[in-house]
Amino acid sequence: MREAVITTDKLTKKFGTFVAANELTFEIYSGEVFGFLGANGAGKTTAMRMLCGLLKPTSGKAKVAGYDVYNQTEKIKQSIGYMSQKFSLYEDLSAWENIRLYAGIYGLTDQQIEEKGDRLLNDLGMQSEKNTMVSSLPLGWRQKLAFSVAILHDPKIVFLDEPTSGVDPVVRRQFWDLIYAAASRGVTVFLTTHYMDEAEYCNRISIMVDGNIDAFDTPANLKKQFGASSMNEVFYGLARKAKRTGD
Amino acid sequence: MNTVTLEHISKSYNKGKTLAVRDVSFSVNHGELFGLIGPDGAGKTSIFRILTTLLLPDEGTATVAGYDVVKQYHEIRGAVGYMPGRFSLYQDLSVEENLDFFATLFETTIEKNYEMIRDIYVQLEPFKDRRAGKLSGGMKQKLALCCALIHKPSVLFLDEPTTGVDAVSRKEFWDMLKRLKKQDITILVSTPYMDEAELCDRIALIQDGKILSINTPEGTVRSFKGSLFAVRADAMVKLLNDVRDNPRVHNCFVFGEFFHLSFKDNSLSNESDLIAYLTSKGHRNIELHPVQPSIEDCFIDFLKQEHA
Repeated sequence: MREAVITTDKLTKKFGTFVAANELTFEIYSGEVFGFLGANGAGKTTAMRMLCGLLKPTSGKAKVAGYDVYNQTEKIKQSIGYMSQKFSLYEDLSAWENIRLYAGIYGLTDQQIEEKGDRLLNDLGMQSEKNTMVSSLPLGWRQKLAFSVAILHDPKIVFLDEPTSGVDPVVRRQFWDLIYAAASRGVTVFLTTHYMDEAEYCNRISIMVDGNIDAFDTPANLKKQFGASSMNEVFYGLARKAKRTGD
Repeated sequence: MNTVTLEHISKSYNKGKTLAVRDVSFSVNHGELFGLIGPDGAGKTSIFRILTTLLLPDEGTATVAGYDVVKQYHEIRGAVGYMPGRFSLYQDLSVEENLDFFATLFETTIEKNYEMIRDIYVQLEPFKDRRAGKLSGGMKQKLALCCALIHKPSVLFLDEPTTGVDAVSRKEFWDMLKRLKKQDITILVSTPYMDEAELCDRIALIQDGKILSINTPEGTVRSFKGSLFAVRADAMVKLLNDVRDNPRVHNCFVFGEFFHLSFKDNSLSNESDLIAYLTSKGHRNIELHPVQPSIEDCFIDFLKQEHA
């Protein structure tokens, strides 16, 4: 039996009478690449914020990396990495300054930062860009750097919110190489995406509709279950029933 | 008849340090749905802003609806509709007030051109007194499209209308565009989603300010050189590394539920040899078959040629 690094039991968040996330129950395993899908407004962000220890649930239980989402949120934050398309690195700092800043926040020693940061730049082939301002790096490089920085402190889980949005198809695939490499080292990858082909790259996925998880399985099983030829069809079949629309 | 023409258009920023658009030439026919397909930073927005007279090109000439983008900017502004990538309507005006405002700017009325927007506006009408800032993402997008259409433009520019929008709303939006096309309007649309390319009459693939290819979606696919195969097996992550290690394989990358790969040559034994190799590596349930390239495969291939 594989080790579960995220477990939730009827995890619920209400804003007044509005049920943003309704009784979410699931387990995510160590080293798993998990796709958390849903239409805009389905409740993905709310669920992710609870799992990252940024938002207190209304009811239900959840443990992330072994810590409770109600009263061990600081422990959770130390055990996870986070990256999104909208915010990842500081643009007016250099690549190296960003590495030092994030590694420092996560409590790495100067020597660790030196060693790990150096290896990171080597692995990405970015040694020559060490002192380049992030604002002048191409978007694709920035996203790859951001991902590597997000896992520099060896978190158990990394949350990626639309990490590949807008990057070119070659970089998108290089990014997936990085995701697979991290997963094979045992890092659990929890990600959202609007690219349905990327849903296929996940070990398992869930699809949220109006605050509920309406589907949860491997891509192959979901296609079988819904009699669909692609994940796009599965998603479309489920999500178009949604009553809620939102940002 | 060409409704939009660009000849050797170039544009740079930061005193020439950032080349946003490099020697771009193409033309769009009357009534066409033309797609500008490329990632962020490819130059799509700069091209749209030049064509809508919001930005002066450094070099080259361009016309829209027969008018020159520099000398006749005033005429162009009356003839085009433009929906920028960022939501740019008045958040504190209601749905109807926004629409009325744009109609008035162009010296027309909602009633006069209602036919143009009927199909889209009926979905907004129940919310016509709601402030634009309080609308959902999909609704904002529909309102922005109505505001860009209310003066009956002959050319419509849509800059990344579906970026960050979920798969369902994206499909709805493209259905709207298809119906709109029947209204005798030329549409230029930009998108980073390669799968949307197939919905256009013709597409330009663009990266780093340069056009990689201009063709119909079918023609783009036909131009793909060599043959492409799809492979999968039970252990996908291991499979990717093993396939890449095979000396006969030119490249291999993830593609939906399969990996797409091409061989270095056209040897007839390529397929059977690869299956034997993968079996010897312990892979089970190996599936390998030739596959029709998609627009995304073509884009990847063009990028590789650029870098070579």
